[in-house]
Amino acid sequence: MSELEELTRVLPMVGAEPTILADKEIAHVVGHGHHILSRRSVPGLRLDLEETSDAIVGKMTIQAGVTIAQPIHLCFGLAYPTGSQRIHIDVFVEERATARVLSHCLFPVATAAQHRMQATINIGPGASLSYTEGHYHGPHGGMRVLPHASIRIGKGARYFSDFSLLSGSVGSLDIDYLVEIEEEGIAELTAKIFAHKTDRILLKEAVMLRGERSRGLIKTRVVLEDEARAEITGITEAHARGARGHVDCMEVVQGKAHASAIPIVKVFHPEAKVTHEAAIGSVDKKELETLMARGLTPEQAVELIVSGMLR
Amino acid sequence: MRTISTPVSAPLPQNATVPNQQTRITLPTSALSWGMYDAPSTQKAWYVVILPLLDIRNLTFVVGDQKILDRLDFTIQPGKIHALLGANGSGKTTLAYLLMGCEGYVPTSGTVLFNGADLLSLKMHERAKLGLTLAWQEPARFEGITIREYLTLGRSESHPEPMLVQVGLDPERYLNRRVDKALSGGERHRIELASVLSIKPMLAILDEPAAGIDMLSINHIINVIRTIKENGGAVLLITHQEEVAAIADSASQLCNGRIIFSGDPAHVIEHFRGRTCVRCDGEVCGYVRA
Ligand SMILES: Nc1ncnc2c1ncn2[C@@H]1O[C@H](COP(=O)(O)OP(=O)(O)O)[C@@H](O)[C@H]1O
Ligand SMILES: [Mg+2]
Repeated sequence: MSELEELTRVLPMVGAEPTILADKEIAHVVGHGHHILSRRSVPGLRLDLEETSDAIVGKMTIQAGVTIAQPIHLCFGLAYPTGSQRIHIDVFVEERATARVLSHCLFPVATAAQHRMQATINIGPGASLSYTEGHYHGPHGGMRVLPHASIRIGKGARYFSDFSLLSGSVGSLDIDYLVEIEEEGIAELTAKIFAHKTDRILLKEAVMLRGERSRGLIKTRVVLEDEARAEITGITEAHARGARGHVDCMEVVQGKAHASAIPIVKVFHPEAKVTHEAAIGSVDKKELETLMARGLTPEQAVELIVSGMLR
Repeated sequence: MRTISTPVSAPLPQNATVPNQQTRITLPTSALSWGMYDAPSTQKAWYVVILPLLDIRNLTFVVGDQKILDRLDFTIQPGKIHALLGANGSGKTTLAYLLMGCEGYVPTSGTVLFNGADLLSLKMHERAKLGLTLAWQEPARFEGITIREYLTLGRSESHPEPMLVQVGLDPERYLNRRVDKALSGGERHRIELASVLSIKPMLAILDEPAAGIDMLSINHIINVIRTIKENGGAVLLITHQEEVAAIADSASQLCNGRIIFSGDPAHVIEHFRGRTCVRCDGEVCGYVRA
């Protein structure tokens, strides 16, 4: 099976249809290791990506005022047990442009491999970007995954990101996002992670509310089982009048797993406000008992509650 | 139902129904005793004993030095609604938790038979599988779980729409909503009742089912409780709302962890109204706090 076929085959594991690659209305890039296997652009989107000896490097621009109707699919991965992938991408969503990006990271057979993503995302005034990243990892847990991004959200712009790693065992995941938001900009960062075996999860998200009436939300849902460990850091700083931030972190710990959550909230303006809630522990007792009172076994009840949380 | 043809002898209990002699009889599954009765006229007669669905004896729950429930005795008959009235803190919710088997609620002493089974030896989901369920006074919220899922819970054959209609919610608007914090208290209570309806319980413990429901909607709640009964289920109806308690077949009043008065609902409501146990000094119920 070719590398392209192998990656395409596992697309449904992250909820994407393999047929998207043949669709002329849908932009895509498929990268295997440091090779671009397939790409397609659509009007209003410029893809300037190239292969170097150890990375895929380049720019993606959504041009001013353009709304890209169909989501842009980025598929990155490795079809082999070992190897490495580095992607360095600068994304520009120009003034008043709107786009959705679906990023699929596919490592079906990895046993000792690395995936490193370094991104800068610039969202111009009044523009909007929704970025959804889904990971599929096989059962071996041999990956090091390092998605790092620096995101600037312009005046009145919006950014919604949704990271999920729900199937397979990753190995080690180290997410580091820094978001700077200008006047009346909005950022919502959601991360949902289900970690198993000896997975190690480091998740650091920082939201800097720089502009007046800027708003930021960090929402994390992490479920750990076996001997998995997670350290979640959510930082929100409010620097301007009317800035509003909220951190909502929930971690469910089962088996011998360990979790820590570090919410850091700093407010530098008297008319700004940041709130946070964090809950770490086992599944909520009342939710569990409610389902058992309807006849679900404890195991079935936990499964349903956790699946709801990670949705 | 089961049919018997061989007479079994047993003493005639007080509340036995005695059908015509020589008749082949069909017993409801809740009938636990039967036999031939030697009538004084030398004629023999069948009798059937319908045992209570729930039989609570001497149930006591002590936490630290506080007696939260004190030697409770009462029964609920199959397919009947029993209202339990009592002031705040009298122990109603505690009783509900003990019966359902919630974590941390193990009686200090006493026995509970449910349809003949020793309820207290069973885990919570095993009690549920026998046909017991509980609707919490403040129902839980579930992130991400839709009302449709909540009302079917893996029973793919069940259709949640009629349950929602029963509780006065439009399925179109509600089925795909989530059972989360966005629902109002009243909506959440109705969803809870729909959920109880959907599993057709033999005994539903409803803890303040009409709390937070506006006056106009209380009739929906009352209808739902009646529907549970029409489906053959019994209800332990915990409430302090008189109009709700009035639909019961029988009632008890709980005060400081003791049942101080039982009888038909009108009498118990009357008793409850006249002597609220908020001011209970032991004069009404003869109970003195330890
Ligand atoms: N697990 C417990 N530990 C200690 N006290 C309890 C516990 N459960 C209930 N109580 C106490 O028992 C009393 C009865 O409470 P509850 O059953 O909730 O009353 P009701 O539902 O009638 O308002 C209250 O004083 C309450 O504080
Ligand atoms: Mg109560």
